Amino acid sequence: MSDTTDTGPVLAADGTPLKRSLSRALRRQKMRALMLIAPLLLFVLLTFIVPIGQMLFRSVENDIVSRTLPNTVIALQDWDADSGQIPDEAIFTALAIDMQAAAEAKIHTRVGSRLNYEKPGISSLFRKAGRKAKKWDLENDGPYQEKFIKIAKGWGDPEVWRTIQTYSSKYTAGYFLNAADLQNGTEGPEWRPENEQIYITLFKRTLFMSMMITVSCIILAYPVAWILANLPSRSANLLMILVLLPFWTSLLVRTSAWKVMLQQQGVINDTLVWLGLVADDARLVMINNQFGTIVAMTHILLPFMILPMYSVMQTIQPTYLRAAKSLGATNWTAFWRVYFPQSIPGIGAGSILVFILAIGYYITPELVGGTKGVFISNRIAFHISSSLNWGLAAALGSILLVVVLILYWAYDKIVGIDNVKLG
Amino acid sequence: MNLTKTLMATTALGFAAGAVAAEDMANEMTIVSWGGAYSASQLNAYHKPYSENTGVTIINDESSAEAVAKIRAMNEAGNVTWDVVDVVASDAMRLCDEGLAEELDHDAVLAAAPDGTSASDDFGDLLVSDCFVPQIVYSTTFGYRTDMVGDTAPTTVCDIFDTTKYPGKRSLQKRPIDNVEWALYCDGVAKDELYDVLSTPEGVDRALAKLDTIKNDVVWWTAGAETPQLLADGEVVMGSTYNGRLFSAIAEQNQPIGMLWDMQSFDLDGWIIPAGLSPERKARALDYLKFATDTQRLADQAKYISYGPARKSSAPLVGKHETLGIDMAPHMPTDPANASNVHIYDYEWWADNRDDLDAKFQAWLAK
Amino acid sequence: MSLTPVEPRSASFTAGITSLAGGFAGIFIGTAQGSTFTGFIVGAVLLTILTYVALLMRSKEKVVRWIILLAFGVAGYVTGGISSGIMGLLMGWFFSWFIFWIGECRYRGHLVPYLTPGQVLWHYTFRVICGAIFVFLITPILVVLPLSFNAQDFFTFTPEMLSLDPEGYSLKHYRNFFNSSDWQLSFRNSLIIAPIATVISVSLGTLAAIGLSQSHVPGRRAIMAILISPMIVPLIISATGMFFFYSQVGGFLEGTIGLSKTVVGYIKIVLAHAVLGIPFVIITVTATLVGFDRSLTRAAANMGANPMTTFFRVQMPLILPGVISGGLFAFITSFDEVVVVLFVGSARQKTLPWQMFTGLREQISPTILAVATILVVISIALLTVVELLRRRSERLRGMSPS
Repeated sequence: MSDTTDTGPVLAADGTPLKRSLSRALRRQKMRALMLIAPLLLFVLLTFIVPIGQMLFRSVENDIVSRTLPNTVIALQDWDADSGQIPDEAIFTALAIDMQAAAEAKIHTRVGSRLNYEKPGISSLFRKAGRKAKKWDLENDGPYQEKFIKIAKGWGDPEVWRTIQTYSSKYTAGYFLNAADLQNGTEGPEWRPENEQIYITLFKRTLFMSMMITVSCIILAYPVAWILANLPSRSANLLMILVLLPFWTSLLVRTSAWKVMLQQQGVINDTLVWLGLVADDARLVMINNQFGTIVAMTHILLPFMILPMYSVMQTIQPTYLRAAKSLGATNWTAFWRVYFPQSIPGIGAGSILVFILAIGYYITPELVGGTKGVFISNRIAFHISSSLNWGLAAALGSILLVVVLILYWAYDKIVGIDNVKLG
Repeated sequence: MNLTKTLMATTALGFAAGAVAAEDMANEMTIVSWGGAYSASQLNAYHKPYSENTGVTIINDESSAEAVAKIRAMNEAGNVTWDVVDVVASDAMRLCDEGLAEELDHDAVLAAAPDGTSASDDFGDLLVSDCFVPQIVYSTTFGYRTDMVGDTAPTTVCDIFDTTKYPGKRSLQKRPIDNVEWALYCDGVAKDELYDVLSTPEGVDRALAKLDTIKNDVVWWTAGAETPQLLADGEVVMGSTYNGRLFSAIAEQNQPIGMLWDMQSFDLDGWIIPAGLSPERKARALDYLKFATDTQRLADQAKYISYGPARKSSAPLVGKHETLGIDMAPHMPTDPANASNVHIYDYEWWADNRDDLDAKFQAWLAK
Repeated sequence: MSLTPVEPRSASFTAGITSLAGGFAGIFIGTAQGSTFTGFIVGAVLLTILTYVALLMRSKEKVVRWIILLAFGVAGYVTGGISSGIMGLLMGWFFSWFIFWIGECRYRGHLVPYLTPGQVLWHYTFRVICGAIFVFLITPILVVLPLSFNAQDFFTFTPEMLSLDPEGYSLKHYRNFFNSSDWQLSFRNSLIIAPIATVISVSLGTLAAIGLSQSHVPGRRAIMAILISPMIVPLIISATGMFFFYSQVGGFLEGTIGLSKTVVGYIKIVLAHAVLGIPFVIITVTATLVGFDRSLTRAAANMGANPMTTFFRVQMPLILPGVISGGLFAFITSFDEVVVVLFVGSARQKTLPWQMFTGLREQISPTILAVATILVVISIALLTVVELLRRRSERLRGMSPS
């Protein structure tokens, strides 16, 4: 129909130029796609991204000091921490004013807890001073320097004041420094004392263990997925039940079951001793270490590897293998050069899934990990629920999230997230 | 399509059922505790009689393990749904420090002892924080397998560190509290100097060095139920846990386990009222507290679980176990025979140093 | 029916293999009795003799197999009581089968004829490896099943249990599950929360996946990353973040809209779980849509179907497998989720995992094993029914099982 309109622009059936008509159709298509995505996107943004964002924002937020001690913070601006002198009476007076107001609002101890993360002992300084400060008559009860030091000697320690000064800004990198085993020293960031360094070790260990778990999942899942994909569908479906059953068993139960299996008086050791393979006084240590964590988590995450592999392998024609063999390839060559390359998307999908899930686990490592098998998530959970140091937890969580996002991005570049298949 | 409709209908029904089940808000309070046998003892000793007397429905929430974090989040969100919360003393102090728990005037809100002694005298030193009403004294102490220790049962806490006399694994709690004190004590530090030594970096190193001598023989636990399980399996020869758990394993489960009371670490568990309640809810929470922490009620709880009542005046009223019929007094951590050598832990010191020491402890564990 | 004609193997060939197997088994028994080497020799000799005798009486295979089975069982029982007797029966069953399997060359029966002996050996080695992995997969269930009948309150195989003494077993943990209001409440809650959360994540997720699969979506990667994020944020961080959000939502729903506390409690957990399930739905459905032939929807539109009809009559049936497996993942996510529910939920809405978690933390109680066993039995039943229905519909539609 277009060959009749050789003079003007190409027109669509309703007379509008085809170009405009097409772009309108495209726009409408885009709109429709967005309309379909919008409900879920809004839902996830509102109920997940925003709350998580707020949570992670705590890793830099620090306005509690300047909010609770406004006068002290201003007065402290000119104080030179390196002089080795304690601040003068003016600063102590400012602190007395702030302390009284804070103690009346019952928030003075919050600042104490916050600063205690940076320097142990500050918590009780605030607790003790607040109790007294409530009763002060601010006009007449000075001088305060003496009074504060009398309440608790710590107030005469310049290091305490340095900490207040260092953490008086509204935002802080302190939590992130801490999360990388660093601290704010006199000349910028410095390493923490060696006996307090832990997070870098934990990050490295988490990555290493997640990788080990992913690798063992690949090794165990590959033959199973292969046999599922190559058996007649009746038997494959029956075997599939065996893969899905562990899924239906609670994570907690499975972890406990592994404890029963792996411990020194456990099923495996008992069997080995009974068979005489292991002496009774030399039972194998298989739990409360990295081995136990890897075994239990491999088991828990194995279905997440099998299912994507299975769905990819199902699409590989068995005739390819036969063709390769009839062309003279050995079994191994046929597998390695023909079958394996086609199954790589399945491995990729399973690996990314298993790795991401593994890196964030904490209940299983907590129960079977002992000292050497715990993950960074265990520390995050500890700081959230016991130490209440949410800033540090958020900083650790942010770092973990960035690591995962980098991996996700790399995966998207190499394999493409569309190629992830779950079954 | 049909499936969707059915599911929608089920959803609607589910919610409708929920709505019908919802009680009158005004007459309902949520009390948070630990769950398990402990919650059961509170249900029998406090909740049931209180509900009968007042008609208030009590919902028991088993969230004490997450309580500090949840209270803090509720407080920030401005929607506190709990009325009374059961926490350990150190958590109570933390909550009090953060302004998340209501400060109480103990003599004004709590019942006096039957002989007229004021509440603050009756509880004595146990009122470790302004926000905290103690309920029980429990202890973290050791149990050992009677059939695995040979002829000489362990008698002092330092036998934990003696791997030649008592070979095998031992279980300790995965936190510095108690462990560093025991380590220093067994390294020859006098009991009243423990915290002075711990306040120095060398003291911490010394404690960790002592723990290092048994590091390879330790199974670290995080949940109180673990040590009884490990002992029952014969996985460890001795281990620390809460004394009530050991009592239950010995008396109720007939396991071959013995108690080692030496240097048991006393700790307190009790109530706090979260800050930010409306006046009516606060009044009701206080009313409940007054009832639940009076002399008779605290003694009643000891019928169900072997934790010592926090009031001095309750001790003579402690009777027999509700179902087993055995005398409970000898199983209390506060019983004179058991409490000849106890470790009293310094709440103030730990509130200041807990995070610092925890970092060092974790770094040591990870090494 | 076999692919390959089989002919019986010579007794010497068979005995060579079976004696190796016998020797291998003998090693364990020998070591247990004190001498590894004697065990090996005795096992090998015993099996060699057995093989020769059995193959002499090939025609009476059934009788021979029964005799071997019983002989092993009796021998086991005499030496070590009931449990050894059972071990003996198992070994007897295995060897009697193995001798004839090798001797009659059945192992080649269903294999293609041109395989070399090496390939046949590899075929079976591979099967054994896979079998071992399947055993690994269901190990926990094998442990949990017997322990749930434990008469004690610990996760321990007691000596009574090992000697199969009825005293060591009891149904008390099952009774406890059915009589305890806590367990019943949490079971009911799980059954309310998980399906609703699944429906929400499946319906929203499927729509979004269809939208995402259109060719011109601006910011596709970013959107995808956002939708998948609930899977990649560490759960404990999600749990706290959501806790804030839902405390506020809860306050709003109760205060402003006036819903009852219980209903709001359910809404909070359902929404939280729905978010967690979404990545799985998105991933599976997008993957199915990659292979979806777009001309089908155009054809439908061409024939006058409106988008709704097209979706439900053409597209939906084709992507249903992906939707179902995504739904399965979402369901499990909610059904087995403990961290978020501990934070977002409250006592009225406690789910099974919550109850199990407090059970493990506060007092070890094999009731959670009984619950796990019941769930496993239910799911085996469900999966079997689904499989039977599938076969039936295949038969009805006249398809041969592939």
